[in-house]
Amino acid sequence: MGRYVVRRLLQMIPVFIGSTFLIFSMMYALPGDPVRALMGDQSFDPERLASIRAELGLDKPLLLQYASYLGNLLQGDFGTEIVSGRPVADIIAAAFPVTIQLTIFAFTFTVLVGVGLGVVAGLRPNSIRDRGLLTLTLVLISMPSFVLGFLMQYLFAFQFELTTATVPEDPAITDMMLPAIVLGSLSLAYVARLTRTSMAENLRADYMRTAVAKGLPRRRIVGVHLMRNSMIPVVTFLGTDIGTLMTGAIVTEGIFNVKGVGGAIYEALFRREGATVVGIASLIILVYLLTSLLVDLLYAVLDPRIRYA
Amino acid sequence: MPDTTDGKMLTAPGPAVTETVAPGPESGPAPAKARSLWSDAWHDLRRQPMFLVSAALIVLLLVISFAPGLFTSASPRHADLANHYLQPPNWGNFFAPDWLGYDGQGRSIYARIVYGARASLTVGIGVTVLVTLLGTLVGMLAGYFGGWADTILSRVTDIFFGIPFLLGALVVLTTFEERTVWVVILALAFLGWTQIARVARGAVITIKQADYVVAAKALGASTSRILLKHILPNALAPIIVVATIALGGYIAAEATLSFLGVGLAEPTVSWGGDVSTGREQLRNAPYVLIVPSVMVSITVLSFLMFGDAVRNALDPKLR
Amino acid sequence: MSTINKTATVPAPRESGHHNGPLLEVKNLHVEFHTRDGVAKAVNGVNYSVDAGETLAVLGESGSGKSVTAQAIMGILDMPPGRIPQGEILFRGEDMLKMSDEERRKIRGRKIAMIFQDALSSLNPVLSVGYQLGEMFRVHQGLSKKDAKLKAIELMDKVKIPAAKARVGDYPHMFSGGMRQRIMIAMALALEPDLIIADEPTTALDVTVQAQVMDLLAELQREYNMGLILITHDLGVVADVADKIAVMYAGRIVEQAPVHELYARPAHPYTRGLLDSIPRLDQKGQELYAIKGLPPNLLKVPTGCAFNPRCPKATDLCRTEVPALAPVTEQDGADLPGRKSACHFWKETIHG
Repeated sequence: MGRYVVRRLLQMIPVFIGSTFLIFSMMYALPGDPVRALMGDQSFDPERLASIRAELGLDKPLLLQYASYLGNLLQGDFGTEIVSGRPVADIIAAAFPVTIQLTIFAFTFTVLVGVGLGVVAGLRPNSIRDRGLLTLTLVLISMPSFVLGFLMQYLFAFQFELTTATVPEDPAITDMMLPAIVLGSLSLAYVARLTRTSMAENLRADYMRTAVAKGLPRRRIVGVHLMRNSMIPVVTFLGTDIGTLMTGAIVTEGIFNVKGVGGAIYEALFRREGATVVGIASLIILVYLLTSLLVDLLYAVLDPRIRYA
Repeated sequence: MPDTTDGKMLTAPGPAVTETVAPGPESGPAPAKARSLWSDAWHDLRRQPMFLVSAALIVLLLVISFAPGLFTSASPRHADLANHYLQPPNWGNFFAPDWLGYDGQGRSIYARIVYGARASLTVGIGVTVLVTLLGTLVGMLAGYFGGWADTILSRVTDIFFGIPFLLGALVVLTTFEERTVWVVILALAFLGWTQIARVARGAVITIKQADYVVAAKALGASTSRILLKHILPNALAPIIVVATIALGGYIAAEATLSFLGVGLAEPTVSWGGDVSTGREQLRNAPYVLIVPSVMVSITVLSFLMFGDAVRNALDPKLR
Repeated sequence: MSTINKTATVPAPRESGHHNGPLLEVKNLHVEFHTRDGVAKAVNGVNYSVDAGETLAVLGESGSGKSVTAQAIMGILDMPPGRIPQGEILFRGEDMLKMSDEERRKIRGRKIAMIFQDALSSLNPVLSVGYQLGEMFRVHQGLSKKDAKLKAIELMDKVKIPAAKARVGDYPHMFSGGMRQRIMIAMALALEPDLIIADEPTTALDVTVQAQVMDLLAELQREYNMGLILITHDLGVVADVADKIAVMYAGRIVEQAPVHELYARPAHPYTRGLLDSIPRLDQKGQELYAIKGLPPNLLKVPTGCAFNPRCPKATDLCRTEVPALAPVTEQDGADLPGRKSACHFWKETIHG
């Protein structure tokens, strides 16, 4: 297992470099130019422009720029924004905790409600409640999160006036509930369907018949024998889902005006601040890669048939 | 499985694998049997209400996008602020320009959703076709040849897979000044092919070990013949299932990106863009936002239901 | 082995209580399955009984209803689609079909245990064998996790799994087929039940391992003086261990007899066919006999004797009248204890 972890971590390096390089190179292919934006509407002086660009290292070849960026990143230096002069690390430090909080809320909601609904439906495949759940999740999946977000905002903030339409500057935990539900709902639908399918399939397994023949109480048959087997694919999904939730926050945070990573990256994109976009993207990719490794390890714990060489 | 709005398309390998058709022996050892899988599936599909309803909706949407003029005489771009500013819907007046009201620029919302269908469907279908071609090609090469080809192609797949879909699409699309339907299609396909590639690779690896492939090899069939005549037809079922379900996801992705302001832009009429314009009036004129939102959801739902029905029909395990 | 040999080693019957009849008695059992295509009558009035220490072999092709009967006894039929429209299953004189779910659950595993055919799929893949064995003691006897594990090791020793202590934490896929079947047997034996139902316990195993597993089962049965219902389609397995045989066809028992008599003088054409289709060394070179035709479709069982379309001796009578399972006698009318046949022409078959 230890060797497997090391090997996976090593394999992660080229993937991380490749993914961040892709984003990096796309950022630098952007048509806009932050240096020109820096100079504003003042009379435009090509020489001065060139000297600023040289100062920032923007005149070097792309690969060299990326190499020096990566080198700085390894020392914990995310760079600075060109226009505002703010260190990117500060922006990340301000935005990340908010998004992580939102993600954790959404994730908890996804797991509890998604698995719960899936179990309820999966124990009685093809019953009315099962079909009801399948329909409900299908509807949820077909609503892009901005649709659901505005629907919830309209209903809860404007019609019933239970919450404010946007999340205040210094949000209390309850303020985050609505965005978290919107963010998590799509994953919830997938988790519920996956749990349901997995349970329904395992329900027909031979070992379930054995468990009944052993005279085990129903609670134990379902709780131990069925759940252990049915949760394996669900856990795999949930692991890869954390990274997804973090990027999904771009839309959700926009709708509810949450000051998180999504808002920061969206803003930076329009201000052509490459360092900020690449920095945040790198962190998200890292979270995504690490959680998928974690899931693979968890997979081995849950399913002894998986062996890692 | 894929959706998109949240970049799920690229980050959900779990269900993509478990819920799709098991390739290999069940898919049929010979063309004769493979044909029976498809005719069986067709036989099944014709009886499924979910399939019939979704297929009918999809046909309707296709007709609307080919000939929007058949459905409304109003122009989606004609703005009459003076007479129609935020004029509320006239629910009883079916299919008239004022049926679903007017938006903040005095444009007929009904005309706009009719003319918006084309962009959504073109992007959805276009991306799916490109992604399926590219993904199948990469997956088949990696799966069939193994070794170095597999290592390199799989690493490249991993790299693209590692970029969250929505984030990647945002970055790619901001690099374009002018975002036409084709730019959006290419951008989404550029990021979206990995899922199909993984599914195709898995299917091909299973199938190439099947006895009938080994037998064809032993009989001296050429590599291209084996790939096209034996492997591709049998790997097709899981690929088609993933692709149909993904289609709905791409439509949702286009709407989300247009909503965020990096997708389709005027003069192209797009539902996502209309949702975005409607958000300022959410409190006093919710229908401006709700109507295009509902259209997006119905369209995505149709394709999801269609994909679900196809999967049920093609997956022998679920019978 | 003969019955005489057996009784010599039989310990005193355990907790026989006040009930004097057979350990298990199945009376006129019917089971049907409601499917999309109609009602499949899987079991149509089966009667049999087993005593403590006795081995009953139930013989038949797939679809003969032998496994369904066992599942009905065990209470593990899928209901729906399964249904038991009539019949009784008396365990120590009490009808289990009238018991509450909880009463039945307490009998399962503790009084009546079952061994399944495919040990790999019948054991839970993600739980260690030690856990699955120990579970019996934890659930039925309230033992602690630690004590249950010790008991599990003891059981594994009992069924002769080498290095039981080291392997108790291993998972089912880590064992060989024969070892896995031993674990199934250990699980069934855990609480020293009165009756064990073994559903094709050796079918999935290599021939060399089959004998070992069968011997182990027979040995343990003697040791604990358990009743054993052995379900099989393999006549070879039966000859060594069974005391009596019930041959099933299309959901009915067509012949019942003490084991050696059945082999010597079958009283039903179906049994005869089964026996004739065993390859024999002294008939090398001759064409092997096979029963013609296919097993009946349970949705549309033939009228009259269900075997008539495949029977070489069938007459019009066989096509219209269902033969009852009636006692078989010697030619002079002398009793043949324990023998019954459901054939209009049993006399010709046994004496002809």
